Amino acid sequence: MTDALSRLLDTNDWLMADGATGTNLFNMGLSSGEAPELWNVDQPDNIRALYRGAVEAGSDIFLTNSFGGNAARLKLHDAQNRVAELNRIAAELGREVADAAGRTVVVAGSVGPTGEIMEPMGALSYASAVEIFHEQAEGLKAGGADVLWVETISAPDEFKAAAEACKMAGMPWCGTMSFDTAGRTMMGVTATALAELVDKLPYQPLAFGANCGVGASDLLRTVMGFAAAGTERPIIAKGNAGIPKYVDGHIHYDGTPALMADYAVLARDCGARIIGGCCGTTPEHLKAMREALETRAPGPRPSLEAIAEKLGGFSSASDGTGENAAPPPRPRRRRRS
Amino acid sequence: MADEEEDDIILSELPDDELVPQMGDDLYDGLKDEVAEGVNILLERGWAPYRILTEALVSGMTVVGNDFRDGILFVPEVLQAANAMKAGMAILKPLLAETGAPKMGKMVIGTVKGDIHDIGKNLVSMMMEGAGFDVVDLGINTDVDQYLGALETEQPDILGMSALLTTTMPYMKVVIDTMAERGIRGDYIVLVGGAPLNEEFGRAIGADAYCRDAAVAVETAKAFVARKHNQMAAG
Repeated sequence: MTDALSRLLDTNDWLMADGATGTNLFNMGLSSGEAPELWNVDQPDNIRALYRGAVEAGSDIFLTNSFGGNAARLKLHDAQNRVAELNRIAAELGREVADAAGRTVVVAGSVGPTGEIMEPMGALSYASAVEIFHEQAEGLKAGGADVLWVETISAPDEFKAAAEACKMAGMPWCGTMSFDTAGRTMMGVTATALAELVDKLPYQPLAFGANCGVGASDLLRTVMGFAAAGTERPIIAKGNAGIPKYVDGHIHYDGTPALMADYAVLARDCGARIIGGCCGTTPEHLKAMREALETRAPGPRPSLEAIAEKLGGFSSASDGTGENAAPPPRPRRRRRS
Repeated sequence: MADEEEDDIILSELPDDELVPQMGDDLYDGLKDEVAEGVNILLERGWAPYRILTEALVSGMTVVGNDFRDGILFVPEVLQAANAMKAGMAILKPLLAETGAPKMGKMVIGTVKGDIHDIGKNLVSMMMEGAGFDVVDLGINTDVDQYLGALETEQPDILGMSALLTTTMPYMKVVIDTMAERGIRGDYIVLVGGAPLNEEFGRAIGADAYCRDAAVAVETAKAFVARKHNQMAAG
């Protein structure tokens, strides 16, 4: 039997994913610095409400509240021994909401980065990273997640380690990176490089793409980079609802529902098949996105100028792909071997 | 390879005016043994530790910082360069203290509560040290008591806070508000940084400045410390 996401991809031109987790939980009273994953056990009704918010707004896919649910991240809340439990419950609550939806809704088990730097620059070995991800993957699987959803990754090795962990858990998966530094990930990965990396993985994802990052415009430029790389694989676009502002004691992302509606339609025109939001994207944004995707006709691939005009400018002149791929060579003295 | 003439350069055979730019290249390429060797050679040639720091190391790291800012270098390359810098600093640090070299200022830095990301914070630490600042690194997951305790014991000029998550960045405001409550906010320069942040956010939570990256952090710190010293001189 194929998984729910593959079935939906087979029968739909595009799918809508969900919006934010962290910023939406803040709106329910999560305080800064606390681990959102603990709410799976302590405030399950809030987590149900989070999931339901996405489903009722028309999402075909929603991510579980388990982004920081790996041992490396939970350690600072002294909850590193609760990985299996917190992930399982994150998925169980999701299953409950999805199964009550009356249509196919995919429960995607969110797997965020470890937060550690991998060898040789940092201390985290590839083997430990696989182990950390695998522990989380098994928890999400046990709770009934349909797919695993690796997100906000910046290092190629961490992406590979997560892929291997998904394979060990025998779970289909999707993977996205966060392109937040001059159009690349913090570790310098370009859109083209991720597309190539994905094609070479021994255990390939159902879909891949970009999430979070800087703003909606940058994210779409990245999506166009994937498309230009000639991939046949479904592309995921999950961009932030604008940029964060501090208003009356809490974080507010400045992208309006109307802007995110434009973003969603443009994302589809850029070549994305799975379209959602990230930080700051509320059910209200999702409703506007769904409506726009259903009512507005698909168009040709937009130009960068058209994207900037509708969604705002880019954070950097280049994203390191295409004609601008190589920076001008630095005048150098003799190089040694 | 464009040029195959990979002559082995013997650092000790280079005159000063070639050795110093070569050390800059070695820093850029993250060659820590070569950087340490260069520092030792200059010391043997009678260079003052402070001159080596500013003319050979800081100037080299400025190039790294600029290319990082301009999206030419990324975190892995900068970490490698910073490690090479560290190797040179390890030699210079005790000598700088002995010779009473001028100090730029002192910074206490940490990643906020709930956040374990220390990449950006480490880069800032290393670049600040590279620019001649004393840096006290509180590590990750720093709560308000730890920040305030360190301010009291270390008496720094600057407090630096870092956050990489949307869910942790508001904690910076908790720290700044607590400082204000205790009447000590004005005693320190507060700099904040981290991927989800921006200038407006920095202003809204009451920080002195938001620093987009480690290179900007160093420039901002220098400007604020200079201003603070001028004010003290004037007052």
